[in-house]
This record gives sequence, C-alpha cells and structure tokens, in this order.
Amino acid sequence: MSTGVEPWVTPATESAAQLPIVVDDPAGQRFRVHRSAMTSPEIHRAEIDRIFAKSWLYVGHESEIPEPGDFVRRPVGGRPIFMVRGVQTGDVNVFHNTCTHRGALVCRQDSGNSKVFQCFYHAWTFDSEGRLKGVPDRDAYAGGVNFDELGLKRVARVESYRGFVFASFDPGIVDLRTYLAGAKDYIDLVVDGCGGSVEMARGTNQYSFAANWKLLVENSFDGYHAESTHDTYFKYLVSIGTDLRGGVSGRPVDLGNGHAVIEYSAPWGRPVAKWEPLFGEDARTEIDRLRGDLVARHGEDRAHAMAEVNRNMLIYPNLIINDIMSVTVRTFYPPAPDTVDVTAWALAPSNEPASLRHRRLDSFLTFLGPGGFATPDDIEALESCQQGFAGGGVEWNDISRGMGRSPMANDEEQMRVFWRRWQHQMGAAADLAGAR
Amino acid sequence: MTAVAAQRQVLLRQQVEEFLYAEAALLDAWDLDDWLLLFDEDAKYEVPCNDAPDGDPAHDLMLIDDNYVRLAARVTRLNNRRAHREYPHSRTNHQVFNVRVRELPAEELSVTASFTVWRFRAGRSSCYVGKYRYRLRRGDDGFRIAAKRAELDMTDLRSVGDVAIIL
Repeated sequence: MSTGVEPWVTPATESAAQLPIVVDDPAGQRFRVHRSAMTSPEIHRAEIDRIFAKSWLYVGHESEIPEPGDFVRRPVGGRPIFMVRGVQTGDVNVFHNTCTHRGALVCRQDSGNSKVFQCFYHAWTFDSEGRLKGVPDRDAYAGGVNFDELGLKRVARVESYRGFVFASFDPGIVDLRTYLAGAKDYIDLVVDGCGGSVEMARGTNQYSFAANWKLLVENSFDGYHAESTHDTYFKYLVSIGTDLRGGVSGRPVDLGNGHAVIEYSAPWGRPVAKWEPLFGEDARTEIDRLRGDLVARHGEDRAHAMAEVNRNMLIYPNLIINDIMSVTVRTFYPPAPDTVDVTAWALAPSNEPASLRHRRLDSFLTFLGPGGFATPDDIEALESCQQGFAGGGVEWNDISRGMGRSPMANDEEQMRVFWRRWQHQMGAAADLAGAR
Repeated sequence: MTAVAAQRQVLLRQQVEEFLYAEAALLDAWDLDDWLLLFDEDAKYEVPCNDAPDGDPAHDLMLIDDNYVRLAARVTRLNNRRAHREYPHSRTNHQVFNVRVRELPAEELSVTASFTVWRFRAGRSSCYVGKYRYRLRRGDDGFRIAAKRAELDMTDLRSVGDVAIIL
C-alpha cells in the first residue's frame, strides 16, 4: 500500500481539530466524514485559504504553448491567470491576469500568440516576459513611480514536471517534485507510455454541476460505483463487441501528500497499447508495434504497466489523470460549497497514428465526455448526493469499504488517503464544534 | 433569380421547415425510436466542443460523434431507466429558426438553422443555443437525415452541465 514516500508535513502553525470532521478509526475499521464538509460555507472559505492557496495547482501543459508568444488563459484556484511562453527566454511564464496600474485583465482571449499584452483601459503594455514596456504619457508621473517594478505579477511559484505546469500562490511551499512524491512515477508511466512526448487534443470539456468538489474527487477514482451507475455504458460496450468477462481487478496505492491512485486491469482496449476486436484488424499491427517499442525501451514489466494497466490518479487536491480507454487530464474548482467547475482535456502521444488518435478521442467522448454515456450519470449521482445532504437527518458519510482487508481497486482506501490529507490541511477549520 | 425559381426556393424552405418542426416535435415528445427512423444508416450526428466549433472528429475532441450504430445506442440508452441523468426525462423545447436551404448535387440539401433547446428538470432550467447544420436527402416519403451537426454558441457548458439530451 505505501510507496515509502516521506510525507510532506506542513509547518505546525495551525492547530489540529479537537473533534475532526474526518473520523478515522482503524481499530474499529470505520472511516466517516461529516457531511458539513460538503455543505458548510465556513468550511468552503477555509478550503480556499488553506487548500487552494497552499497547494500546487495544475495550470496547463507545456504542449499547449509550443511557440514563443503562445498563451492560454484560464482560472487557476479561482483566480484569473495566464500562461505564456516568453519570446526572449522560451520560459513558461505564469502571470496574474491583471494590469499593475488599475486592475483590468491584460489577456482577454482564451488562447493565441502575442508578443505584447496591452491593457485596453489605459494602454499600459507588457511583453511576454512580463516587463512593462509602454506607458502612455509617462512624463506625467513623478519620480516616485518605478516602472521597472510594475511588470506583470508572477504567480508566487511555478514549476513543471514532464510538461505538466503547476503553480502555487504560496511562496513557501515545498518544490513540486517533493510535493508530487509517488505521483511522479505514475505521471512517468503515462508520459513514457506515450513515447515520452504528449499533447492535449484540440477541444476542451468545460462543464459545471451542483455538487461539492470533493464528491468529484471521490467519484474520479471510485471503482465501486461503476457497475451500478454506468450499467448503460457497459451495455453499450457489450453491444459493440467488447468482452467484459475479464472484469476489473486491482488495488489502490497511497502516493503520499494526499495523492492516490487505483491501478487495475479492465476489459476495454487501450490505444497505448491493448488491442481489442472493436479496434479492427488494421489497428492490431500498429498496437503490436507500439507495445513492442515499449518492451524494447522499458522492459516487459514496465511495458505491461504502461500498456495493459489502467490508472485513475488524484494529484491532491484537484487534478485527476485517468489513464483508461483514453487519458483525461481533469481539474476543478469550487466557486461555492455546492458548485464545481470542471475543465478536462484529452491527453495523447504527440505523434500518434491518425487511426489510433481517432479511436482514443472516440473512447474519450463516449465514456469521459459530458455528451457521452457515463459522465452525465456521474453528474446526476453527485448532484443527488448533494441534494441528499441538504435534508439533514443523516450526518455522516461512510467511507470504510475495504478497511478490513488488503484494499482493492473497488474499495475506498484511495478516498481515505485524500480525506486524511484534507483533514490535516484544514486543521481546526474542519472541526465538528464549528460545523454544528 | 427568376420569379419561378424564387417561388420554388420558398416552397423548398417551407418543406424543410416542416420537416425540422416535425423532428423537433418527436424529440420533445421523447419519441426517440421514431426520431431515429429519420436518419439514413450512413448518417452522422455530431456536437463539437464549445471551444472548437469547427472540430473534426478525426483529430479533434468532440462532445458527440455518433455514427448510426452509436446513435441507435444513444436512443436505446435514453429509453432505459438506468440512464440516470435522464430518468425521469427532462422536459425539452426544441426551437428552430433562421432556416436557410441550399441545393447540393445528387438530390441532397444543405440546411443551416439557428436553435434554442430549453431543458427543464427538477425545478431547474437550462438553455442550449447554437446553429444546426444538416445534410438532407429526398426520400420517397419525405426528407432523410444524412448528417446533423449542432454547433453550440455558448462558450462552455457551465450553465447546462452536460449534453445528455439530444439537441
């Protein structure tokens, strides 16, 4: 279960809860979470301060901005930021998207290429490295204003791992590699399985629904719900010729620092690199070749882990990388206790053969997409839970499944990993005394 | 355009409008089995992602990319009580306007139209807005759908959550 990764312990400046909202009772084999964790406005505010302002948050992938001046803008941790590849340095710069003069957004397109970012309000102009290059009527300012200090504000910390760019608003946070802990190895499996170079397909899923964000954390690596919630999806797979008899079998792994993964075998095919009849005979040669390359480069054991094993991984607190019949990179943020904004991309090998790319995208939209045969039912389940919480009467969620045995992929140990970290980071802000 | 040709064009548009209204009525009645009968077996039903309305399913991620087999599976799924998001069904109101028709070779028609699709369920309302692109064929008993594509004008799906209903 443990990867032997040393946990990153936050400085003990915050006191722990007297009556924690997350009740972990290993002796009694019981794990419960008080439902106020999903409904309380006070807890939501504390999450913004203690979790979203104090974690490494996913910004985007370097492949989204390959050329100098390429940029994407998007909210990260609920704050407007943009990421641009510097024209002079080639570095990935991540800036607060606000003019240092009086505040307007300086990047007002979702993506594009630009050498300069001009605030339209008073025409202050910044370059792709953030330097303030233009101020109309500069003579009107006295000596007290130092324009060299009024460049775009960088997000406190920006680091990347295998092209995945993360930012943190906490200048004192540990470095990204230490933070990622055991999750690094699983990112490696995904990226190396793709031949070492990945990109995001064009087309983004941006949807929202009326449930707490932590329900989506749970749902994103919940093996237990698949059969009941997604019955119609599995019926569809059978109808087009997928053989489901193999079933799902695997285990959860605690990756440290709140990150966790379930890894398991499953009946569906994988574009890297497990053929199934649905792919057609033509694809078989290509998939065999891909798998052969993986064995040659990484050995049979690791090639097996890349090709045949599925991974649903949480990188705490709000990044999901699910490497299943397709690969999704999904991040989310709660504007309110009962609302979650989701943004998801399809990750793929950079030089993927066209037929396999088509197959990958087809599998993505059918299972993972908001127009597919599964995600709408997940949304319905999570909204249904949130509605159930509102009624009161029942105070606790039970997340004990698998505590009495060596946990399996369809148990709930991976969720307990998340919740333990959440309680630790929330400290006294997640206390029953405050919740009641 | 001669007066005769103009009159013919008006008549053609009226025929297409009648067909689109009838299709909308089938969807609003959740008579999906009869709705499926409007499609030829080589037909496509596509909905591109909001940020890539020109998306090509060969290399871009789509929200929906159904061939006839999956379209039929979509109908089967939506008729099943275990399609939880749509059981019970939403009430929908498919509205079609700004219809424009262009004749293509081989007795086919290219049709564009604006749509709003209202969806009401469990006290909540949402609205999809966009442009339809159809390729229609003339059959013995009316038009047949060779392709239907719904391009969304909303910049994202935040206000609607998903595309579990048929647009």
